[in-house]
Amino acid sequence: MYRNRLLLLTLALLACALAYLFTGVKGSLEFALMFRGKKLAALLLIGAAQAVAAVMFQTISGNRILTPAIMGFDALYVLILTAAVVALGAPAYQQLDPGLLMLTNATLMCAAAVMLFGLLLRKGQGDLMRMLLTGVVLAVMLRSITGLLQRVIDPSEYAVVQAASFARFSRAETDLLGVSALLCCGALGLAWRMRHRLDVLALGPVASTSLGEPPLRGQRRALLLISVLVAVSTALVGPVAFFGLLVSALTYLVLPTYRHAILLPGSALISGVILVGGQWALERVFAFTTPLSVVVEFLGGVVFLLLLMKGLKR
Amino acid sequence: MIEVQNLSHDIHGAPILRDISVTVPKGGVTALVGPNGAGKSTLLSLMARLIPRQQGRITVDELVVGESDDKDLARRLAILPQTVHAASRLTVRDLVGFGRYPYHRGRPTPDDRAMVEDGMRLFDLLPLAERSLDTLSGGQRQRAFVAMTYVQDTDYLLLDEPLNNLDLAASRALMARLRDLADNKDRTVIIVLHDINFATAYADRVLVMKEGRLCADGAPQDVITETLIQSVFETDAPLRTVEGRPVVMV
Repeated sequence: MYRNRLLLLTLALLACALAYLFTGVKGSLEFALMFRGKKLAALLLIGAAQAVAAVMFQTISGNRILTPAIMGFDALYVLILTAAVVALGAPAYQQLDPGLLMLTNATLMCAAAVMLFGLLLRKGQGDLMRMLLTGVVLAVMLRSITGLLQRVIDPSEYAVVQAASFARFSRAETDLLGVSALLCCGALGLAWRMRHRLDVLALGPVASTSLGEPPLRGQRRALLLISVLVAVSTALVGPVAFFGLLVSALTYLVLPTYRHAILLPGSALISGVILVGGQWALERVFAFTTPLSVVVEFLGGVVFLLLLMKGLKR
Repeated sequence: MIEVQNLSHDIHGAPILRDISVTVPKGGVTALVGPNGAGKSTLLSLMARLIPRQQGRITVDELVVGESDDKDLARRLAILPQTVHAASRLTVRDLVGFGRYPYHRGRPTPDDRAMVEDGMRLFDLLPLAERSLDTLSGGQRQRAFVAMTYVQDTDYLLLDEPLNNLDLAASRALMARLRDLADNKDRTVIIVLHDINFATAYADRVLVMKEGRLCADGAPQDVITETLIQSVFETDAPLRTVEGRPVVMV
């Protein structure tokens, strides 16, 4: 039954992708396809990365409200980036190979995320409100430190940082596509291999220990993969707060199963449909009056509030 | 045989267990009893590797808790969970199926599926097989958890206060099933119980704990006396012997 739904989602994504590639081409089809093909690839990567990161994070933290973005993963990325600009100075920073830079950022982020969020998961497991508060405060703190650093640096350096700190789906950094694709596919592959372990980890600490999957080890592994995925997505489009939540909430609605073999690909497909379909609609149908990030963040924010209210009522 | 050697445990500097050594041989039902804060649950959690060991050593047959491979331990020792996350997305069959995970690691064989059906039949869960966990009553859910640990097919089963939130009928039914597992399926059951009367009625052996120490150990009818109740629980509940077993008059 879920297989059919996955198939339908795949068809929907294909339709969106074809519409995105082929509608409204003026001039050379070849040029348009190359140009749009790169953007399409970037959107699909971001979509899959955000979706899988959100679902995995919700599995290991045992709740349906928190996502890496809400807990400040992407704020951590922007902080690392800002700190690098401050430490090296803008000219030196811009001369670095962007691919290498991204790899370094992703590595640093993995280390920091495992330390910070690993600790948080250990201490806050089972206490959703405490985790939510700590996460939100942590995200604000990371953003404030970033803000402080950005105020101290000179305007030309600030411009470099700023370019990386706003979400923009329409102008994804396509020159980073190669490295991103590599990192992202690697992380997604490893996440796929973890699918059965994630099923067990989702049962909670006692049951997963009993079944031979110690939660700490699984959480650490998942956090590493999540960090890579968020780093890739943030490097490509900048931070997005509520997109992951929107996708994960829709995924549980469309695919009400515990099996990550269904949830992981399902969430990636749903995420792709939203991003590619949304981008197509905004670019071709509504002629770009509103950026996609604003629409997605608005919807995601509403979902966040609804889930929070539902959680509080229970 | 589960062997605990010189086990001590602190939480935030407060000693919870002080130098405990005890051996639980294979077979039978062993109950851990004692007042609140005696360290029963901590001892069980350490055996179950739910919390990291600080000092001392715990072995399950030839396996060392905290050192041996988790996959091997999962085939030797099961822990009964009180709740699972994601309960709304799990059916009873899904949950019981997880019991085979230590063997198939996500790819169940026909044998695994057959054992899951067997387990559900044994625990009268077949009529509930497709129900989602959070539509079940507390007693039915507990039965599903026990069925999961049953199909895990381990020699040892650890339970931490499983009678919490169960009514009298469900409590008695659960204890009778555990008794049956010990008597007819060669399982070794170690259980933390709050209610001494349940311990004396269903356990072969009681380990009485107080303030992080083991203060009595033996068959219920030998160990549970009025003096023990007074010294360990610090209350003067009278004790009667009914049909050969001690009953605390609460």
